[in-house]
Amino acid sequence: MARPGARQPAMRRSNLGFVVSELVLKDFKVRYRNMSLGVFWSLLNPLTMVALLTFVFTKIFRSQIPYYPLYVLCGLIPYNFFTLAWLTATTSVSENPALVKKVRMPTALLPLVSVLSNTIHLFIQLLLILALVAWYGIPVTWHYAWLPLIWGLELVFIYGLGLATSSLHVVVRDVRYVVESVNLVLFWLVPIFYSFAMVPPEFRSLYEFNPVAALVLATQNVILEHRSPRPVLVWKMTLVAGVFLLAGGWIFARLRKRFYRYL
Amino acid sequence: MQEAIRIENVSVIYRPKGSRKLLRQYLQDRLTGRRDEGFYALHEVTLRVGRGEGLAVVGANGAGKSTLLAVLAGLLEPDEGAVQVDGRLSTLMELGSGFHPDLNGWENLRLYAAILGMARAEVKQRAEAIVDFAELHGYMEQPLRTFSSGMVLRLAFAVAVHADCDVLLIDEILAVGDAAFQKKCHRRLMELRDRGCTLVCVSHISAMLESLCGRGLWLHHGRAVMDASYQEVAAAYTSFMNGTDRHLWDALPAAPVRTAGA
Repeated sequence: MARPGARQPAMRRSNLGFVVSELVLKDFKVRYRNMSLGVFWSLLNPLTMVALLTFVFTKIFRSQIPYYPLYVLCGLIPYNFFTLAWLTATTSVSENPALVKKVRMPTALLPLVSVLSNTIHLFIQLLLILALVAWYGIPVTWHYAWLPLIWGLELVFIYGLGLATSSLHVVVRDVRYVVESVNLVLFWLVPIFYSFAMVPPEFRSLYEFNPVAALVLATQNVILEHRSPRPVLVWKMTLVAGVFLLAGGWIFARLRKRFYRYL
Repeated sequence: MQEAIRIENVSVIYRPKGSRKLLRQYLQDRLTGRRDEGFYALHEVTLRVGRGEGLAVVGANGAGKSTLLAVLAGLLEPDEGAVQVDGRLSTLMELGSGFHPDLNGWENLRLYAAILGMARAEVKQRAEAIVDFAELHGYMEQPLRTFSSGMVLRLAFAVAVHADCDVLLIDEILAVGDAAFQKKCHRRLMELRDRGCTLVCVSHISAMLESLCGRGLWLHHGRAVMDASYQEVAAAYTSFMNGTDRHLWDALPAAPVRTAGA
C-alpha cells in the first residue's frame, strides 16, 4: 500500500467558497444567457403541472383540499427540486473529467455545486408560491421562520445522497438510471396531489422518514395550515440528513481514489 | 539544496479492464473474484527534485510521463511508494479546464483562477496583469466562443502563470500561441523558476525546454532509465528515438507485467 505523503491541501480553505460560488454562477449564467424567455422557463414546468393536476383533481376527482393549486405547488416544487438536484449531483463528477483529472480542485465540491445551482431555481419557484399566497390573501405568519431550517436540512440530505451516488456513478455506469427510476417511484410517495391525511395511519410514521415527503409536509404546515411542523418530523429530517451526509461522505472518500483511473 | 519533491519507489498499476463498468459486469467480477491483469504505468520510480530546479521528463508515448505528473499533483494515488511535495503546487496540465464558450473573457478568467485555487482578492488584484499578459484588451467582454483558439490558450496560460506556486507541473503545453507569445511564456516560466519555483515539464525536446530545465529524466515503460543533466538525457534519448543506438534498445527493460491476483 502507498504511504500517504505530506503535501499541502489542493486549495486553501478560505478559497473553497470562491470556487463554489464561481461554479454556481457559471451554471446559472450558461443556463439563462441564451434563452429569450430566461428565468421564465423555470416557472413554465411547475405552472403546466399545476394547471394539469388542478384540472384532474378538482374537475374529475373532486378533491376537497382547499387552495388546490397552491397545495400542488407546495408538493411539486420540493419534489422537482429534489429530483433535479439529485440527478445533476449524481452525474457531476463523471461529466467533469477535466476538473477531476487535470486540476487540483477538491472533487467533493462538484456535487455541492450541482445542489446549490438548483437551489437558485428553487428560489425563483418559491417566489411563485409566495405570489399565490398573496393572490389568495393567505396570511403570512411567524411560522415561516421554520422554512430556512427545513430547507437547509433538505440540502444537507441531498448533498449526502449526491456524494454517494456521484462517486458510485463513476465506478458503475447504471447509477443514473437507478436514480431516475427512484425519482419516478418517489412521485407517488410524496403528498403532492393527495393529502397526508389519506395515508393509512399504520404507514404514517414510516412515511415521514422520507425526507422529501417530510419537507413537503413541513412546507404545507407552514404555508397552508399556519403552524409549525411537528417536532418529531423535524427530528426525523435531521436524523436522516445527518445519516446520509455521513454515509455519503464515507462512500465518496473511499471511491475518490479511483476517479483518475475510471474517468 | 532544499528539496521540493521526494518520491520513493512509486509504482502505479493500470488495469485496462478496470475502468467503468455496467452493473452486470461489476457483479460478475465481484462474485467470481476475478481481478484484471494489469501493467505498471510507473515502476519503482524514485526521484528528488530541489527547490527552484527545472526537470524535463522525456519518453515515448505511454512511457508514464503523464502518470508521473498526476502522481506528483496528487490526482492519482500510487499503488506503492511514497510521494512528498513541499509548498503550494500548481498545474498546467490542460489549459482552460472549466472554460465555457458562452461566458465572456472576464467571467472565464475568474472561473479558471478560482478553479486553480486563487483567492477572490488575488484575482481582483491580478486581473489587469493577466489580460495584459494575454494581450486581450478589448476582447474580454466578448463570449469565449468568439475567441480564436490561440486567444483561448493565451488567456488560460496567462491565468495559470499568475497563480502563486512553489512547484509547477507542466504537461505538453509549452507551445502556446505564436512565436512572440511563446517567447513571453518562456520568459515568465524562467522568472518563476528564478524566484524559487520548481518546474517539472513533460515536453518534446526543444531549445526552450533546455533553457528551462537543467535536468532530464527519461522514462521507458514506466521505469526511470536515465536521470542526468538535460544535455545528456536529450542526446541519449534523441539517438535512441532515431534508432541509431541499437545497443540501447536491447539494454532497456521490457514493460513489466503484473498478472491476475498478484
